[in-house]
Amino acid sequence: MTSTVLPGTPRRPSAARLGLHRAAIEVKSFFRERDAVAFTFAMPVVILALLGAIFDGVYPGSDVTSAQYLAPSMIAAGVASTTFINLGTGIAADRDDGTLHRLRGVPMPPSAYFIGKILMALVITVGETVALLGIAVVAFDLSLPTDPERWLTFGWVFLLGATACALTGIAASGLAGSARSAGAVMNLPYLVLAFISGVFYTPVGQLPEPLLTAGSLFPLKWMAQGFRSVFLPDSILPQEVVPSWEHGRIALVLAAWCIGGMVLCLTTFRWRSRRSR
Amino acid sequence: MTATPTVRVRGLRRTYGDIVAVAGLDLDVGAGEVVALLGPNGAGKTTTIEILEGHRRRDAGEVSVLGHDPSRADLDWRVRVGIVAQASGDLGELTVREALSHFARYYPRPRDPEQLTELVGLTAKATARVRTLSGGQRRRLDVALGIVGRPRLLFLDEPTTGFDPQARRRFWDLIRQLAGTEGCTILLNTHYLQEAEALADRVAVIVGGRIVADATPTALVGRTAARTVVRWADGRQETDDPAALIAALTGRYGGTVPELTVSRPSLEDVYLDLIGDAS
Ligand SMILES: Nc1ncnc2c1ncn2[C@@H]1O[C@H](COP(=O)(O)OP(=O)(O)O)[C@@H](O)[C@H]1O
Ligand SMILES: [Mg+2]
Repeated sequence: MTSTVLPGTPRRPSAARLGLHRAAIEVKSFFRERDAVAFTFAMPVVILALLGAIFDGVYPGSDVTSAQYLAPSMIAAGVASTTFINLGTGIAADRDDGTLHRLRGVPMPPSAYFIGKILMALVITVGETVALLGIAVVAFDLSLPTDPERWLTFGWVFLLGATACALTGIAASGLAGSARSAGAVMNLPYLVLAFISGVFYTPVGQLPEPLLTAGSLFPLKWMAQGFRSVFLPDSILPQEVVPSWEHGRIALVLAAWCIGGMVLCLTTFRWRSRRSR
Repeated sequence: MTATPTVRVRGLRRTYGDIVAVAGLDLDVGAGEVVALLGPNGAGKTTTIEILEGHRRRDAGEVSVLGHDPSRADLDWRVRVGIVAQASGDLGELTVREALSHFARYYPRPRDPEQLTELVGLTAKATARVRTLSGGQRRRLDVALGIVGRPRLLFLDEPTTGFDPQARRRFWDLIRQLAGTEGCTILLNTHYLQEAEALADRVAVIVGGRIVADATPTALVGRTAARTVVRWADGRQETDDPAALIAALTGRYGGTVPELTVSRPSLEDVYLDLIGDAS
């Protein structure tokens, strides 16, 4: 079917433009909703402030404090929160409250919805990271690296990690039966992973073997390790699981989760709740 | 060119497991017509309208909406169709103005959001968060969102459930205006008889997933015009010839018949009859 567009006839706006507009209202809605801000955005900040104040001591053989060791790992947990939890619970809510139903009834290319969600998650994740870094620098004397190579590492770990968690979150949104159960369905694995990835429990090398092995299957452990390699001196390496930052392996695991997450999204995403098809 | 109906449905069926929600339904809606699908809860109204909207699948039957099969509808078709779903709870954190301006962006020739706010009577609420609106205000926002793209066909699913009588009347005025001055074709679901009578050119009564009557409100009443009801102090009788009956009664009472009333059956009587017979 072809349709001729007469001169002067306005066209439907493109998916990219609608995606940008959707991102704007998504960000607005996110920050106006107290639950989302409290659980998704503020929680990692509060945990860093609390654990950072509680943990004390310096690791043998280096001048890294426990709080400084915690900070980069908490950035990884923050990224997971504002991507995985944010999108997982947000999309489950959209499915429950009629958002997706309404959008399916308007002339919106489905991709505009995902562009909006992912841009929204990106904006909030950048904000989260800046907040966590700010606390680490001001309260716990974490020094920011000056070496551009370290920032390059930060860049790819951030992008791969955020993408992997975002895609997994979108896929997981369908597992929750309702918006109400989504909070539990998303937060339980998140909290368990934060422990077995050596975020809340430091240093990671001290975790019992079986938990370490389990944690190594998921992206959070690798994202945290990547961020530690950016912000901590190499003198801390003896506290890691193996005395190396393993950049190659980090990239591999995170990329694998990106691909797996994408496949899961494409195969499991549902526009409608089970009740109404 | 012969006028093809805007909506044409033949032999529509949809089951959910053992439940037959729509059981061979036929329906036509002509261009510019306002048709009410009237029926009790569970009759299959929402299932039917959502199939026409392309939101639910069907098990059998032919469906054409604006010349297309809605199950394969594209975005250009979506531009021409407006939808007001039975319930919604989204957009809570946006203001009325933000929501309308946002949804206007999806369409090539949208209405002006300010004028639309005025049209649905929400100007005083333009900067209020959607979650703070009353049920009736929220419903009016839903209608505004349904017509922001200037649809040629509007689907309304139980638009006034939970309204007080005054709000319902104002809402009806709005729908009449859309149908009248803008020539919008409207298919509306309702379980309120009064609503169907007030708005519709044609009423299709649906019971158990089937259309059991399809006529103008006047013709529906006319179907049973023969049966005038005469009531008096000690009795009640349906008759074709009320004059004769009253004469006989007058004779029996030897003068004035106590508490005499003569009534034509109302649309309500007809409707209750129809849904009573069918179930
Ligand atoms: N998603 C569903 N799953 C199972 N049964 C359903 C579903 N939707 C509707 N039904 C059943 O189908 C019948 C018709 O429902 P519906 O179309 O919602 O009627 P109405 O809108 O007239 O109240 C009812 O018996 C209802 O319980
Ligand atoms: Mg219904």
